[in-house]
Amino acid sequence: MKNWLSHHAQSLWLALKRLLQNPFAGLLNIAVIGIALSLPSGLYALLNNLENLSRQVSSEPQISLFLNMQASPAEVAQIQMKLKNHPGVRNFQFVPRDQALSELQKAAGIGDVVQSLTQNPLPDAFIIHAKNSSAEALQALRDEISLWPNAAHVQLDSLWAQRLDALLRLGKLVILILAILLSFALVAVTFNTIRLQILTQREEIEVAKLIGATPRFIRRPFLYIGALQGLAGGVIAWLIVAISIHVLGKGIADLARLYSVNFQLNHLNISDSGSLILFSAWLGWVGAWMSVSRHLHRIEQH
Amino acid sequence: MISLSQVCKRYPGGYDALKNISFTLQDGELVAVTGHSGAGKSTLLKLIAAIERPTRGSIIINGQNTSSLRPAAIPYLRRNFGLVFQDHKLLFERTVFENVLLPLQITGFERRESAKRVRAALDKVGLLDKEKTFPITLSGGEQQRLCIARAIVSRPAILLADEPTGNLDAAYASDIMELFKSFNQVGVTVIIASHDEAMLKRLNPRLLKLNSGELVL
Repeated sequence: MKNWLSHHAQSLWLALKRLLQNPFAGLLNIAVIGIALSLPSGLYALLNNLENLSRQVSSEPQISLFLNMQASPAEVAQIQMKLKNHPGVRNFQFVPRDQALSELQKAAGIGDVVQSLTQNPLPDAFIIHAKNSSAEALQALRDEISLWPNAAHVQLDSLWAQRLDALLRLGKLVILILAILLSFALVAVTFNTIRLQILTQREEIEVAKLIGATPRFIRRPFLYIGALQGLAGGVIAWLIVAISIHVLGKGIADLARLYSVNFQLNHLNISDSGSLILFSAWLGWVGAWMSVSRHLHRIEQH
Repeated sequence: MISLSQVCKRYPGGYDALKNISFTLQDGELVAVTGHSGAGKSTLLKLIAAIERPTRGSIIINGQNTSSLRPAAIPYLRRNFGLVFQDHKLLFERTVFENVLLPLQITGFERRESAKRVRAALDKVGLLDKEKTFPITLSGGEQQRLCIARAIVSRPAILLADEPTGNLDAAYASDIMELFKSFNQVGVTVIIASHDEAMLKRLNPRLLKLNSGELVL
């Protein structure tokens, strides 16, 4: 076990040394990987922020529940309780019929019309915000509430939510495609780096084979080089995203203020950042593995 | 024990490097393989070290038939050997110390013990004071001795040397032959291939003489 660990430490050390032997080429590779990965991860961060924004702005999807005219205050209180305890409801607002009427009176132009009414034609109403603002969840909540007693009419402002949902889904798809394409690029870059490494280490590989090195022993430092390069590329990508968000953040906050929205760009959270860096390292490892299994085999045949 | 029976080696293109070779070597023997260049000395050594595979016949080393070994087992077979090459096959971007360390790294030897062994091997060939230098700064004889240090550092039971004195002057060459003799005296099986029969004879070895791929002695 101890030997095995020290073996790995040795390979890691060797990999670092080889990377540092040619720092310029190494840095270029790492920069290419970083820039390639920063594109999808930056878009991902933006999309996340957009999702946050959509939750924040006033036109958040809401459900309006209009009660029967005959509903008694006790029944209204019952519905209030039900909404309070419902797991899918984030918050709600009760609009009593009198308040609704006075608001209507205040609205320009129809005040006279309202005043001429002999009785209040408006029902009590609730304005409900759902916890989950996806189109499906809103639809389900609406269907459920419309079955409640005294629910005369339930109206879902769902078109807007559906449009946004579709847009965000489209954005995610674009990011996925980009991420897949650029992952291939990353694997290709690593593949090539390792190929060159193998060519320059050719003598060493041959000698090591002659004196009894297993393929695994020979492969290991190269795999470490690939993984380290991927890891460093991932860190660079993260830095690019973080710095961009920092730089753009102030401008976007200013812009949002002009639209009287309080909005700030968020950075990638810890788990997303971790995934980005680990995924990048893994891709590097994969590229190295492909390259090593292909090119070491060739050396064997000589 | 090394035992060859009816071994033939034909290279692609139809050239027969070895024809019907059979012999058995006991542990601890000192063996000289001689013959003109092209007689098949190198091929014989490569077959024993499982660097090449025989076209026909069997090679049994310590009870293992090398021609039927799985590829994955070959690295472990090779660890029984110390190999000394005419062209040294040193790694020029590693220091003298690191060159000798390589076989121990491969077998996964513990680090502190490795360093001790490397220094012992370097001391044996008289290069202890050069451990931090790079092989490029060594003379031809020193490079050959470094190659020998690398071959013996893992204390193999069998030492194979292909033209170890090929491009050395006589004084260096006899130094190196003395080294081989001293390893043999502590029980290592030593097989040396060389065209210089006169020098080998001074070691008083068992002679295997090859002529055009056939064993004549």
